[in-house]
Amino acid sequence: MPSDGYFRNLWRSFQKKPPEIPEQSPTPKLNFIPGAEPREKLDPWWWLVVAVVVLLVLLMALKPDPYWDIFLFVRDGLAITVELTVISFVFIIIVGLIGGLGRIAKNPVIHFIASLYVEIIRGIPLLVQLIWWYYAAPALIKEIGEAIHWDFMANYVANPMVLAVVGLVVCYGAYMAEIFRAGIQSIPKGQMEASRSLGMSYLQSMIHVVLPQAVRVVLPPVGNEFIMLLKDTSLVSVVAVADLTRRGREFMSAHFNPLTVWTLIALLYLVLTLVAARFISWLETRRKY
Amino acid sequence: MAKPIIHIENIHKHFGRIHALRGVSLDVKVGEVVVILGPSGSGKSTLLRCINHLEVYDSGTIEVDGILLKTAQNINTVRREVGMVFQSFNLFAHLTALQNLTLAQRKVRKRSKAEAEKIAMDLLKKVGITEKADAYPAQLSGGQQQRVAIARALAMNPKIMLFDEPTSALDPEMIKEVLDVMLALAKEGMTMVVVSHEMGFARAAASRAIFMDEGQIVEEGKPDKLFTKPTQERTKLFLSKVLQI
Repeated sequence: MPSDGYFRNLWRSFQKKPPEIPEQSPTPKLNFIPGAEPREKLDPWWWLVVAVVVLLVLLMALKPDPYWDIFLFVRDGLAITVELTVISFVFIIIVGLIGGLGRIAKNPVIHFIASLYVEIIRGIPLLVQLIWWYYAAPALIKEIGEAIHWDFMANYVANPMVLAVVGLVVCYGAYMAEIFRAGIQSIPKGQMEASRSLGMSYLQSMIHVVLPQAVRVVLPPVGNEFIMLLKDTSLVSVVAVADLTRRGREFMSAHFNPLTVWTLIALLYLVLTLVAARFISWLETRRKY
Repeated sequence: MAKPIIHIENIHKHFGRIHALRGVSLDVKVGEVVVILGPSGSGKSTLLRCINHLEVYDSGTIEVDGILLKTAQNINTVRREVGMVFQSFNLFAHLTALQNLTLAQRKVRKRSKAEAEKIAMDLLKKVGITEKADAYPAQLSGGQQQRVAIARALAMNPKIMLFDEPTSALDPEMIKEVLDVMLALAKEGMTMVVVSHEMGFARAAASRAIFMDEGQIVEEGKPDKLFTKPTQERTKLFLSKVLQI
């Protein structure tokens, strides 16, 4: 398994610039892969982030009633949205990695289970899945608990946050598994063969040779999934999680001012996704080979 | 006579309906340099890849350094004794030349970082590219990459080195720098099995040359004899095509 600073090195590989190689006079300079040159200048799309933030600040400062009041009301929902996204995403990466490895496994049983998972989950809308986890799963757990006379299960009380995370992870994990599978398969077979020929095990070769290279390939689609997840967390508002969207609905039903509430909520989501997008594109430029 | 370090007996290999190896037997003694040549699709690369189990063969036996491959519980114990050099170099693209040499030393041989780096630098010096130790593969020429790949295999202190068309993907002016490294290795007494059409190398270094065609060994002998006085028609035909240029 990974040891002595594996993740630290992986992280560094996004931060370091390519080392300066002393020229050998007769050989022509070998350039990096076209398009992979590290970019030094600031990502130009930061202006949009700044513009949206300035707009938000102006709205709240110039018209504190209602904008500042709405913000104060929904800010705990904002925190829940961020929390839900980040926690789910960590588990999604883990599930996606396991699922992706399962999809390329030579063992037919593992391959079948992983493929079945992906095929089933991709065919059901996320909203339906979230509702199933919140309403159907607890009922199922209770029935099983009563059948086997296990009080712990029979008295199960649904925890909306936990079930929302489960629903998001199960659904997004299937998409992530496909991304990881494609990423791993995009690394030339010779890399694995060279690693195995040196006596490294399949797992060691995956961890130290294939996956670090696949990370670079999957970064753009994984970043994309993160932003989609951030937006899709708004669906949990129907299963009793007090996220940004649900808090917005609560404020609106008390004051009935849809225009101001939903404009502010939309801008808050926009700031989150724009910042996430800039972070991802910054990651993409920090690669050293 | 000492026991051969590689003992191959009557192996067969199918790729779907293609019968790639049809009963190949071959013994290689310690310190021998065996060059295998033959037309494309003759099974020479497949044979080489069977020796370190990158290809699983259907029947027959292969014994490497006294370990029977089919029954070897841990194939990695055989692989760490057998270095392999590929046609397409296969350097780890995300690691520097130096890190390419140290990774397996640390993970498989369990050497310390300092020890692995010292061995790596000595080997990079041997193949003549110390100044590129911190370069990534994409920053190296083909010849340099292949020399790093040879050094990477040597870093594991293998008893046997396998070369799978090591110069076929190289520009002509870079072939010599790789062959020079291989020649030096042969002179040091390394046991080598080389799939290659480099007649010059075969003449200078090989103790035996083997001609393969259609999954079988057609003819074998001293390189000079095989190249100048082949006895089999198929060998003559192949050599006439290769040598006429």
